[in-house]
Amino acid sequence: MMNKTVQNLRVLSNIQLNRDHHLLELQAPVKLEQIAPGQFVNVRVEKSQSTFLRRPFSIYGVDYEKNTISLFIKDVGPGSHVLTSTPEGEEVDVVFPLGNGFSYPEENERILLVGGGFGIAPLLFFARELKKRNLDVHIHALVGARTSDDLMELNSFAQCGEVYSTTEDGSHGVKGRVTDHPALKDRLQKFDRVYSCGPEPMMEAVAAKAAAVDVFCEVSLENTMACGFGVCLCCVTDTTSGHQCVCTDGPVFNIKDLKW
Amino acid sequence: MVDLGVKIGNLDLKNPVMTASGTFGYGLEFEDFFDLNRLGGFVVKGTTLHARQGNPYPRSAETPSGMLNAVGLQNRGVKYFAENIYPRLEKFQTNVLVNVSGSTVEEYVECAEVINELEHIPGIELNISCPNVKEGGMTFGTSCPSAEAVVRAVRKVYDKHLMVKLSPNVTSIEEIARAVENVGADSVSLINTLLAMAIDAESRKPLLSTITGGLSGPAVKPVALRMVWQVAQAVKIPIVGMGGIMNAADAVEFMLAGASAIQVGTAGFVDPLAPVKIVEGIEDYLKRHKIESVTDLVGSLQL
Ligand SMILES: Cc1cc2nc3c(=O)[nH]c(=O)nc-3n(C[C@H](O)[C@H](O)[C@H](O)COP(=O)(O)O)c2cc1C
Ligand code: FES
Repeated sequence: MMNKTVQNLRVLSNIQLNRDHHLLELQAPVKLEQIAPGQFVNVRVEKSQSTFLRRPFSIYGVDYEKNTISLFIKDVGPGSHVLTSTPEGEEVDVVFPLGNGFSYPEENERILLVGGGFGIAPLLFFARELKKRNLDVHIHALVGARTSDDLMELNSFAQCGEVYSTTEDGSHGVKGRVTDHPALKDRLQKFDRVYSCGPEPMMEAVAAKAAAVDVFCEVSLENTMACGFGVCLCCVTDTTSGHQCVCTDGPVFNIKDLKW
Repeated sequence: MVDLGVKIGNLDLKNPVMTASGTFGYGLEFEDFFDLNRLGGFVVKGTTLHARQGNPYPRSAETPSGMLNAVGLQNRGVKYFAENIYPRLEKFQTNVLVNVSGSTVEEYVECAEVINELEHIPGIELNISCPNVKEGGMTFGTSCPSAEAVVRAVRKVYDKHLMVKLSPNVTSIEEIARAVENVGADSVSLINTLLAMAIDAESRKPLLSTITGGLSGPAVKPVALRMVWQVAQAVKIPIVGMGGIMNAADAVEFMLAGASAIQVGTAGFVDPLAPVKIVEGIEDYLKRHKIESVTDLVGSLQL
């Protein structure tokens, strides 16, 4: 695994995917070593009047040949807005890689990835890594969104395995939320592992389903952070062993350890 | 060659830059970023006699030039520290200080006794200024009699360097500084965080679980500088200045106001390399101003 480092990364491309999502590919000046799906970066936001701290983003992909890290960023506030507005060629100051990744499935296992919003980023990175390593794992992905316009990356998931979707307005896939999809509602026992990342209510609902049928489940949490590497203790979540830091003990947690 | 070495009482620092408690973990978390031996010293996180869970989440809020925190001294207790963390800190060739806090005088004393036995810890920073705990903490540091009581009691059992960390949430910080000097403090460090509050207008809710918390970062620097200046006029023991130091110029300002050394806190969240950049920056400053020793800066404000 790569040690954590602070580097200026150059924006190689900045592509707007839809109204508020951008894909940034950042080139590192140092050789990238192994980075795990689920790990994140903490980006300094310069040129903003109202922000002071860095902003954490999950890693969406790593290209070890091009030596790049990709981020999938939703423009939600002043920090992310500065980043989604950063033009190609400019540099951003990034601390990476931080936190722990998802645990790998065993040979021949069936896994279900459940994502919503920008939570799909680490899940797609994970799916692609599993595929790239030629592990004999059966990957199923379930993506939920409000409308078909908000559904992203279905094709990318499809290249890694089966893909399902839900939309709240029924404009694509099953109408409703991810927990209304048969994969979660009826067939969950058929999976060996469930991994989820997205809005917290969604992850809690997924965790409740997984707990009910006793299926292994990991979720990737997102708390407000100040440092991102375990020194400030601001990002805690309540676990069965007390307060733990989302940045260093997580962001990936087994639901058995959470007090949900 | 310029001389960066400073003395704080009986502590020898290779340079005046330390890192602040609660912002530097146990130091080990920073090892990927730089060699900790490049620092004059570092202060590990607030330690209490018994383990503490700290406050509920959310514990932090951002401001345009700083942050609020309400961590509330989460730590695993001094015994855990002595048995599990301390052995990993023995290797460092720099001053490793432990920040000690408590709810009662007895807790401070017992905690200090444990740390007194740790050979490679040359001093403690007595935290009588934490604004984020219900009992003890800051309440000790906001009146002269209680500040004296806790410092006097710890002084009796602790024979190494005793630095006392002062609260800015007082009417006269000079009086508290004088009081702790009189009962045996070897140095004072200031400031701890300023009691503050953050609200989300949309949800009409406070941003911290504890409603109020401690403000740090550049927002507090002018207040911190003023207090270092005032305390420098009031006491003879050395002063360790902090509060919003982001770069070498900030550090120099604190030394001009009267600090013999400085601590870097919140800056390390924004730039983990800030502490070493500040060491390098102070060296540059001295060269540029043809000052041979950094100690010549201390209190040399031109009036
Ligand atoms: C997240 C956080 C935790 C802190 N925890 C402690 C602590 O445990 N003990 C202590 O004496 N000061 C603590 N402080 C205060 C700092 O050590 C320092 O006094 C203050 O932040 C001002 O310096 P700065 O502006 O450089 O951060 C904490 C500050 C922050 C931001
Ligand atoms: S963000 Fe500082 S400890 Fe997690």
